[in-house]
Amino acid sequence: MATPDSPGNSRPSLLGSALIWPLLSLAALLLFNLVWQPSFYRLVVQDGHLYGTFVDILNQGSKAMLLSLGMTLVIATGGVDLSVGSVMAIAGALAAVLVVSAGLPFAAALVLCLIAGALLGAWNGVLVTFLRVQPIIATLILMVVGRGIAMLITGGQIVTFETPAFVYFGNGHFLGLPFTVTLVVIVFALTALLTRRTAIGLFIEAAGDNETASRFCGAPVRLVKVLVYSFSGACAALAGLIATSNIKAADSSRVGELMELDAIFAVVVGGTALTGGRFTLLGSIIGALLIQTLTTTMYNLGMPPAIAPVPKAIVIVLACLLQSPAFRKQMTGLFSRRATA
Amino acid sequence: MNLLLSARQVSKSFPGVKALAGVQLDLYRGEIHALMGENGAGKSTMIKLITGVYKRDEGSITFDGREIHPKSPKDAEAIGISTVYQEVNLIPTLSIAENVMLGRLPRKWGVIQWRAAREQARRATQRLGLDLDVSRELSGCSIAIQQMIAIARALDVRCELLVLDEPTSSLDAEEVEALFKVLRKLRDDGLAILFVSHFLDQIYALTDRLTVLRNGQFIAESMTADLPRLELLGQMLGRKVEAAQAAHHAPPDERPTAHPKLVEARDLGLRGVVGPVDFTIAPGEVLGLAGLLGSGRTETARMLFGVDPHDTGDLRVSGEPAPLRTPAEAIRRGFAFCSEDRKSEGILPHLSVRENLLFAMQASRGPLRRIPRAEQTRIADHYIAALNIKTPGPETPIRNLSGGNQQKVLLARWLAMQPALIILDEPTRGIDVGAKAEIEKLIASLREKGMAVLFISSELEEVVRVSSRVVVLRDRKKIGELDGSFDENRVLNMIAAPSSSHGDS
Amino acid sequence: MDRKFIPLLATAGVLIALFAAASLMYDGFASLRVVANLFSDNAVLGIAAVGMTAVILSGGIDLSVGSVVAFTTVLIATLVGKNHIHPLLAAVLATLIGALFGWAQGGLIQRYELPAFLVTLGGMFFARGLSFVVNMQSVGIAHPFYTAVQSASIPLGGKASLSAVAIILLLVFAIAFFVAHFTEFGRNIYALGGNPESARLMGLPVSRTRPAVYAVSGACAALAGVVATLYTGSGNPATGTGLELDAIAAVVIGGTLLTGGVGFIAGTLLGVLIFGTIQSALIFDGRLNSWWLRIAVGTLLLVFILLQRSLTRGKARHS
Repeated sequence: MATPDSPGNSRPSLLGSALIWPLLSLAALLLFNLVWQPSFYRLVVQDGHLYGTFVDILNQGSKAMLLSLGMTLVIATGGVDLSVGSVMAIAGALAAVLVVSAGLPFAAALVLCLIAGALLGAWNGVLVTFLRVQPIIATLILMVVGRGIAMLITGGQIVTFETPAFVYFGNGHFLGLPFTVTLVVIVFALTALLTRRTAIGLFIEAAGDNETASRFCGAPVRLVKVLVYSFSGACAALAGLIATSNIKAADSSRVGELMELDAIFAVVVGGTALTGGRFTLLGSIIGALLIQTLTTTMYNLGMPPAIAPVPKAIVIVLACLLQSPAFRKQMTGLFSRRATA
Repeated sequence: MNLLLSARQVSKSFPGVKALAGVQLDLYRGEIHALMGENGAGKSTMIKLITGVYKRDEGSITFDGREIHPKSPKDAEAIGISTVYQEVNLIPTLSIAENVMLGRLPRKWGVIQWRAAREQARRATQRLGLDLDVSRELSGCSIAIQQMIAIARALDVRCELLVLDEPTSSLDAEEVEALFKVLRKLRDDGLAILFVSHFLDQIYALTDRLTVLRNGQFIAESMTADLPRLELLGQMLGRKVEAAQAAHHAPPDERPTAHPKLVEARDLGLRGVVGPVDFTIAPGEVLGLAGLLGSGRTETARMLFGVDPHDTGDLRVSGEPAPLRTPAEAIRRGFAFCSEDRKSEGILPHLSVRENLLFAMQASRGPLRRIPRAEQTRIADHYIAALNIKTPGPETPIRNLSGGNQQKVLLARWLAMQPALIILDEPTRGIDVGAKAEIEKLIASLREKGMAVLFISSELEEVVRVSSRVVVLRDRKKIGELDGSFDENRVLNMIAAPSSSHGDS
Repeated sequence: MDRKFIPLLATAGVLIALFAAASLMYDGFASLRVVANLFSDNAVLGIAAVGMTAVILSGGIDLSVGSVVAFTTVLIATLVGKNHIHPLLAAVLATLIGALFGWAQGGLIQRYELPAFLVTLGGMFFARGLSFVVNMQSVGIAHPFYTAVQSASIPLGGKASLSAVAIILLLVFAIAFFVAHFTEFGRNIYALGGNPESARLMGLPVSRTRPAVYAVSGACAALAGVVATLYTGSGNPATGTGLELDAIAAVVIGGTLLTGGVGFIAGTLLGVLIFGTIQSALIFDGRLNSWWLRIAVGTLLLVFILLQRSLTRGKARHS
């Protein structure tokens, strides 16, 4: 973690144990690539920009990384947000319409989209906290409706645009790297700062760790939850703008499709428990990079993109099993029995 | 009489605890037998051994003359032992008939014969004197009826011993009487009933014989009618109790004007849960809440702290009306609350000792004004030293600490807030003797510093030792208050006195 | 009047109101043909929703059904087209594979206490990817048996007739209704969803029932896949995307509580018909686009969830 006083720094053993699996998996994948396709490691500089598979992974993975930051905080409170893919579509549609039809400058559209994303997230949060709908179901509603709303905004058309600022947002380069990398770094730093430099991170972890105890201490559990879902919505809006910018068009039916799964995947693989409590933003970023590396590796091996979900599914279930106390008990039982035998 | 179940020299240990040591229990056909004991006496362990939830380590249990080893509740049921728990373990969303019959619904070629099932369920409930439409959904029934339906289910299998684990704790007086009528009828039909309840009046009204356990050991078996209440209490609590001398009047409070009241509760109550209760607490005073298990002590504490806000009566803090609706409001008034359920209501298990210790203080400052790390460490180190908290360091997750040290962290959490009133619900439960003494010493020092304390403990001796005044609760109502010179005897006499009419308060 | 029937009545009311409104707005909507087509056009969704009902009744959720449908369609297309296996045998085989897949998911959920949505999310990925492994593109299925089944129908008078897939849908609902209300397994599902801890203490076979419920859902999804090949005459690895959401919506709108334990197979049929009526009305209109379907379904989902909340809360205050 970037901040000096994060719990990770003071307790390296805990952070180590949480991050060890995603890091090992990532290392294994990189090693595999080193042996099987050394071209993976080629980097070239062209027009002052860096190109290569690594850069592609960072660029392609930026959406999952952004989503995973919001998802981490939601999962840390013991919830989950299935609506991020739809919110991405809404944000993309809204931005395209604001820029193309309303002629707003991109900066204004960006701000409006972030607000819209946060409001949609807050809606989820209100359903979860005040109406006590289970998080899966509450966010499922927006997941179902969201794409319809996105279509409504674009009138069912695919809205294309050439606005330079909007195109730059997802395709431009900054300091030799894709601009999306800068964006991820900024949002990551802001999130880390906001959660660890204030007490918000502590409140989030406490709400997920023991909601009753939190409330008995007078912590604003409901407010924290609504905030966390809002933040996830805002992150999704940002990711939606990148996805839309990538193809220079708002395609409401495709933007963010199945992205909610990648985000949950990144968080779980990154070491944040689905039951809530302690979270690690860095772990989720590593988790997101892990899926992207996995996907890219398979593409490079000539595997069709459509088949990519199979290994993803295996990894996600394995990650869950590793977190399951029942599974761990069985494994240790197995090993100790073998040891005594 | 006809001996049905006989347990001899039964022992059971859990990691670190000897829950039962050489306990005996005899149950006869056609009797209602009470199993008595305070917290940690081993009642629930004993019941779970009989009903197959746990396996005994040593000793023998014979049923109808044969040695039995029930491996599961279902196994016990097959032997003839059925259990009805305090929380009704039925499916509220299904019909009454299904709840009685589920698992053995009459079938023909795999097809459920609903008419026959309803008929059988109706007979089973009628046997208990209930006249119900068995096709109705269970959730529409009162808790008392649900309880009786659970009994009907238990009896519908070939049942010879019915175990009732605190069946009356959520029933009102009328419902209790209805239940008792059914139980007496079953007893007269030759059933053996093992009954667990915290209500002395009910024990004397219903049971024929009783066995007392204390600290996992067998203390005595007696005919209920022959055992004076005081003696029973003495057996349960492990001390000799003499009848109180003519109640002498407590000396008047010597410092009434020097201590304006911090908390004044008048007729405070929450319908169906607790009350009415009234009491006052002044700064520099420890008010004890005494009563047996289930007497409403914890409920009173939760009500005062705004967890389950009161709906009747009047609460004032420092003279001002203070209808506390949430813990946050109570905290703003300077209240602090150490819950009896450390694990599910106190600790944040995966967070560090430092974070746990500073959590209430941080919560009161709000999310944005984070306590600087240096100050956090200073405060944490201070309390770790001051309360002698044994931890590898302030960054250790609290769940790695022993119970006593967890408790001290939770105490420190509230002391760091410098509260005006601290409510301590069973602060010494489940912790070792050394830590216990330290916590008692701490309470005394807090009082000297002018803090008000509401002290709750199931160890009467401790309540008497620590408190300056004691409010006595029974059946979730206040039945009296002791001031000035008092001792365990006087508290016990008050608890043991048969309840007069329901009109008293 | 039992409170538990309130959501079911509300659903029936919504269906009647929707159908009446559509009939008033569009000429020819109020016809037996439109009604018969509701069953044919929504057979895939309906059969998948039956399995989803079982899972939700047991207190779980299954997000893998859409992918299992897709996998089944390509599997059948391959088995019939490439391996020349009789379609009937292929269908039985596919249904068994679906059941096994669901059983494995349920086993993981039960044995390792994993969250259902996560395991079935993994299952969703897995089955979708596997469909593309079997076949990358949509392939047509040509077999005399298929032609025969596709053209078979029961005439209902006028231009209306009940197609084979509609008959399969109705059969599945009839069987599900019987299992839910007249077998021990069905009642155990309700008990499991009502209160798993009580169910265990009552001696019900919880550890066997939960995997079995997911097996039922997997089998239903596979059967829905079989019906999809009949309906479209092809196997497509991309089919059924988002079907799980429509199925969940149909189940909830049909009055089944998401917390488990309360619900109706018949309600799910009503939920599916509501879905179909909205879709037909949108097609009749021609001006409105298909995204309105999503918005309408989502709104209904929200309304019914809030209705459920208020009912259960009222009950909590009651006791």
